[in-house]
Amino acid sequence: MKKMSKTTKSNMITYLMVVVLFIVVQVMVTTGNLSSLLQGLLVPLCAYVILAVSLNLTVGILGELSLGHAGFMCVGAFTSAFFSKCAVEAIPVAGVRYLIALLIGAAAAGICGILIGIPVLRLKGDYLAIVTLAFGEIIKNIVNILFIGRDSKGFHFSTKDSMSLGLEDGGQVIVNGPQGITGTPKDSTFVIGVVLILITLFIVLNLMHSRSGRAIMAIRDNRIAAESVGINITKYKLMAFSISAALAGVAGVIYAHNLATLTAQPKNFGYNMSIMILVFVVLGGIGNMRGSIIAAIILTLLPELLRSLSDYRMLIYAIVLIVMMLFNWSPKAIEWREKHLSRFRRKNNKTEEAA
Amino acid sequence: MKMKKALSVMLAAAMTMTLLVGCGGNSGSDSGSDTGSSTENSKEESSGDVFKIGGIGPVTGGAAVYGEAVKNGSELAVKEINEAGGINGVQIEMNYQDDEHDAEKAVNAYNTLKDWGMHALLGTVTSAPCVAVGEVSKDDNIFMLTPSGTAVECVQYDNAFRVCFSDPMQGLESAKYIGENGLAKKVAAIYDSSDVYSTGIYEAFVKEAENQDFEIVAAEAFTAEAKTDFSVQLQKAKDAGAELVFLPFYYTEASLVLKQAAGMSYNPIFFGCDGMDGILAVDGFDVDLANNLMFMSPFTPTSEDEAIQKFVKDYEEAYGSTPNQFAADAYDGMYAIKAAMEEKDITPDMSPSDICDAMKEAMVSITIDGVTAKGLTWEASGEPSKEPMVVKIQDGDYAVVE
Repeated sequence: MKKMSKTTKSNMITYLMVVVLFIVVQVMVTTGNLSSLLQGLLVPLCAYVILAVSLNLTVGILGELSLGHAGFMCVGAFTSAFFSKCAVEAIPVAGVRYLIALLIGAAAAGICGILIGIPVLRLKGDYLAIVTLAFGEIIKNIVNILFIGRDSKGFHFSTKDSMSLGLEDGGQVIVNGPQGITGTPKDSTFVIGVVLILITLFIVLNLMHSRSGRAIMAIRDNRIAAESVGINITKYKLMAFSISAALAGVAGVIYAHNLATLTAQPKNFGYNMSIMILVFVVLGGIGNMRGSIIAAIILTLLPELLRSLSDYRMLIYAIVLIVMMLFNWSPKAIEWREKHLSRFRRKNNKTEEAA
Repeated sequence: MKMKKALSVMLAAAMTMTLLVGCGGNSGSDSGSDTGSSTENSKEESSGDVFKIGGIGPVTGGAAVYGEAVKNGSELAVKEINEAGGINGVQIEMNYQDDEHDAEKAVNAYNTLKDWGMHALLGTVTSAPCVAVGEVSKDDNIFMLTPSGTAVECVQYDNAFRVCFSDPMQGLESAKYIGENGLAKKVAAIYDSSDVYSTGIYEAFVKEAENQDFEIVAAEAFTAEAKTDFSVQLQKAKDAGAELVFLPFYYTEASLVLKQAAGMSYNPIFFGCDGMDGILAVDGFDVDLANNLMFMSPFTPTSEDEAIQKFVKDYEEAYGSTPNQFAADAYDGMYAIKAAMEEKDITPDMSPSDICDAMKEAMVSITIDGVTAKGLTWEASGEPSKEPMVVKIQDGDYAVVE
């Protein structure tokens, strides 16, 4: 058998890791060993993993800082929830409806990514960070003043309140301003979530190792050199950024179809959330997809598993963040790790040789 | 380079290991909770069984005031019930989980409580999380009674009931009261458009205003991000000649409104809802400003009523602050659960689903003499039937009108 290349091997490890985790969790669910808390967390975990991987595409591969990833998630969540709520009667098959919702969410977020990218990605410097930060806040505020209702005459829009929609009797308010969308069908499942993680990884990893991916990384490493060999900077930047945005939209779709209420609050779609996703990426290792997945899982589970410590859990969470950061990035820690882990590795090698 | 690659593989391995360790720790904590529950079981054997009542509400973050009040109110009720011998001789155990006023966290909290073996839920405190939890509790068929979830959808399923008034009900009653008592002909409304509670009341208020003999001359919104300066909204109300300003939001913002209105020498009648309760306790607030402020509330701590007096006194002793309507709602909620459980002779060995079915029937037949109402009953829709009181502040004290 032809020897696998290093990158293929590394990619396979990543896919395998997700599949193994999935199988372990499925076995635990079927044997009833998984608490309902963890079962409830499975779908949000999938959403956060996809968010972390997609943001890593922007931060790690493209080398641009995005502080509005929650904004793209919000776009994906609201467009898809709007669609699902409208289509609940027209398309009774959950699978088909969810598939269309996914496509709509991804497309809407991707289009927003392109619209933002066209002017901003032409600039040098950290402008993307500033603009995406503003974008996230704008989207949140727009959603909060948006009222959409439906009756026999069609859709009604308003930015004032739900009464000025002028709905007929029997009309239904779908998007109710700050109260958001209530009653989205609960279509997200863990299996779909894992499949979407695998698709996301497939897209991102293949992009990384494709011709376009190499062009994108060349831009990241040295813009002038890349330009000089004739790489279309804006095109490749836009490609990476819009894919990243569309994948964030997919995560939004998963999120929206897991909860019965969808409201745009600072907590879930605001600045804090964007920073949270960035923390996953930075702690997992910039440019390291596997690390992003692991960091997203650990940092989402941690505050929930520490519930028994009540008020202290926020403190412990913060300390864990600092410790993880030191362990991953401090030169001393790296030195220590190298010394101890390489010995461990050598031992492993020896046993392998002996075997 | 090769070294680096090896290192990264090692790193990944190390992280996977931490993850596995994390899983191990997790299963460890699971077994820990198992042993915890088994010790509880052994305790149960010695003292009979216990009823496990869960609570969910924000105890951290921006809405923590309300979550804390509900927590304290329900704990006080649990303490009293346990001292008086529990529910049919069975003690109550309460577990209160934080949801940070976030729907996703609320569902996590709910699942935590389910793992703990909750028999019934007294929660959640705020509306949006309540709707999300309602959706999952319906699937599990676990009984829930929200002390203060005011949005209509909070009790959309038959397993959910509430102690407080719904938003539309408050708006409707306020408009009726203003119209029927001829308080004003020109009314202005200021509301928080980013808040479910405030918007819900406002919309019902406007709807009912059409049937009443007054006119809404100004309707101004603000959002949670800009809730410190109300001069623009007040100026518009003043210019429109409003004789009454309707303030359907919480007392912290309302105290600023009153202060700023006094600053621009604008003195209309101010009319609020149950969120206004507690305004006299705001730090640094000049109580004279609140003179003649009227609001609708199911609960006043200064009431002459004996039960209320006792509740307020015990609460102040235990927590060092005057209870607000959230605490009172939670207190009544716990007694309602007790009454419903006694009505159907529910025992802790029944499954939560069976308990829920029995509770659904019991809730419509019980009557509670609580601190938020006398003769409080419930309809099958989950709504309580109680009369709202109008409270007017006079000389720095709450007084019930009529």
